[in-house]
Amino acid sequence: MSLKLGVPSKGRLMDKTFAWFDKRGITLSRSGSDREYAGKVEGIDGVSLILLSAGEIPRELAAGRIHLGVTGIDLVHEKLPRWEQQVEEISQLGFGKADLIIAAPACWVDVDTLDDLDAAAAAFRKTHGHRLRIATKYHRLVREFLTDAGVADYTLVDSQGATEGTVMNETAEAIADITSTGETLRANHLKILSDGLILQSQATLWRSRVAKCDAEDKDVLTALLDRLT
Amino acid sequence: MPNRSQIQARAAMMRVRFEAAGAQVVDPPLLQPAETLLDLYGEDIRARAYVTSDALRGEQMLRPDFTLPVVQMHMREGAEPARYTYSGEVFRRQEHDPDRANEYVQVGYEVFDRDDPAGADAEVFSLFALQLRGLPLRAATGDIGILIAAVEGLRTTDRRKAALMRHLWRPRRFRTLLDRFAGRRPAPEQRDALLDTAEPLATDAPMIGKRRKAEIEARIDALREDRAAPPISDNELVGLETLLNVRETMPFALEQLRDVAVDLPQITPALDRLEARVAALQARGVDVGRLDFEASYGRTSMEYYDGFVFGFYAEGRPDLPPVATGGRYDALTRRLGNGAEIPAIGGVIRPDLMLEIEEATQ
Repeated sequence: MSLKLGVPSKGRLMDKTFAWFDKRGITLSRSGSDREYAGKVEGIDGVSLILLSAGEIPRELAAGRIHLGVTGIDLVHEKLPRWEQQVEEISQLGFGKADLIIAAPACWVDVDTLDDLDAAAAAFRKTHGHRLRIATKYHRLVREFLTDAGVADYTLVDSQGATEGTVMNETAEAIADITSTGETLRANHLKILSDGLILQSQATLWRSRVAKCDAEDKDVLTALLDRLT
Repeated sequence: MPNRSQIQARAAMMRVRFEAAGAQVVDPPLLQPAETLLDLYGEDIRARAYVTSDALRGEQMLRPDFTLPVVQMHMREGAEPARYTYSGEVFRRQEHDPDRANEYVQVGYEVFDRDDPAGADAEVFSLFALQLRGLPLRAATGDIGILIAAVEGLRTTDRRKAALMRHLWRPRRFRTLLDRFAGRRPAPEQRDALLDTAEPLATDAPMIGKRRKAEIEARIDALREDRAAPPISDNELVGLETLLNVRETMPFALEQLRDVAVDLPQITPALDRLEARVAALQARGVDVGRLDFEASYGRTSMEYYDGFVFGFYAEGRPDLPPVATGGRYDALTRRLGNGAEIPAIGGVIRPDLMLEIEEATQ
């Protein structure tokens, strides 16, 4: 057995995760070619590196197939109901910062708050015969947020990418998505509702509460967490 | 814990009793087209029901309740008056509480009858009380129709009344709107600034999306109109607040509500209906002097109830969901009736919870 650490398999998120561990004396690297999703760990024994899509890391943690994993708060909260019981937050890593927000067309001068969105949704449904559509991939988080705020007459439509474009394409009237600088939102003539912040996210190291650990794994985990936190 | 065959046996026994009361057995399909449910409940239903799909029929839901398919069936082909009974599984997603069942058996009874609503209310309630006799349960009752009448009769703009009606089932949002319409809570700051501008639509942002410029203009006009409208009077506000807080045994509740009707005379017809119901319950042997009535009862559950509502709860077991619930849903028949409508009331009992309570008390 060895302690399994799940890390995003590509892009800036992977590079910054590698750098974060490196600063703490643990070198993570991809073995072999760039296309091969196998990795190695230097600087500590008994840890193996698993490269995964960031979106799959919450599920793997909850299933106990990895002991530790790096992924965004947004993904853990969206994909794991009652996430506190399945994973423990070890450390926020200080990068991959992004907010999950609700945005509407900037030309909607009458819509500034969720209160306005609700009123606009009621009128929209009456005029167009269908509910106001909000494009997102964060269905659970957005639904809970809007229910709590008392917004009605909307429907969520699934959008797994290029969500900011859905309004212009008229496949949605508003969006709920992750943004860091707001650049893409502005470029697509969207504005964030003033009380439309659902969640502040960043890359975070999580520990699975359900992954099985033998005595050796436990020692390695303690040693590793000592170095990391 | 009771096993499946015990639960099925109990369900069958209760269904036979409902048949003896004159109901016809119906058996709606497990899979229901998602569209009707989504149209009625909106996005909230996705958090409560399991959705599945195929390429041919599109989205389907595992039935989250029986009332909807029974109403649809009745509006399509039912004779009048009609009484229906059914038993079978319903499915509810549970994302927050793993101890709550996501699949359980319901036995139900629904009455579609034009002639005597008070009589039908009393019939359903007393049949349920009979089915549940001997269990340590507390009954709660209410009447959404009184609150609806109170809101519809407010001396304020139709737009405000429609906004309040829309959020009748979301007490917190209802409260916020009511406070704003009564001038107790300021409108959002940005809104005032917008309405003060001579040309609120002057913006650099290009017009994008399916919500057109005319709709934005219409909303600004509506907001300006609303700002100019006088606040809901203190009398009416206090009346509504008193109404919402009425929590008494039925005869005393009626008395308190009659006092409220001095400020809110629009609720008088609804109170007459409550009085007729009290008499009808009494005639069926229900001890109304000990029956609880809460004017706010039923406001946080399913949106379709619009009159008499009731529930039976296990004494000393706040962890359990209600053993039985029901209510009047006249407006639902209108929405699903394509122009037709009929007064209707019904409810469901959970045999699994009955057996669990029986086991615990033995």
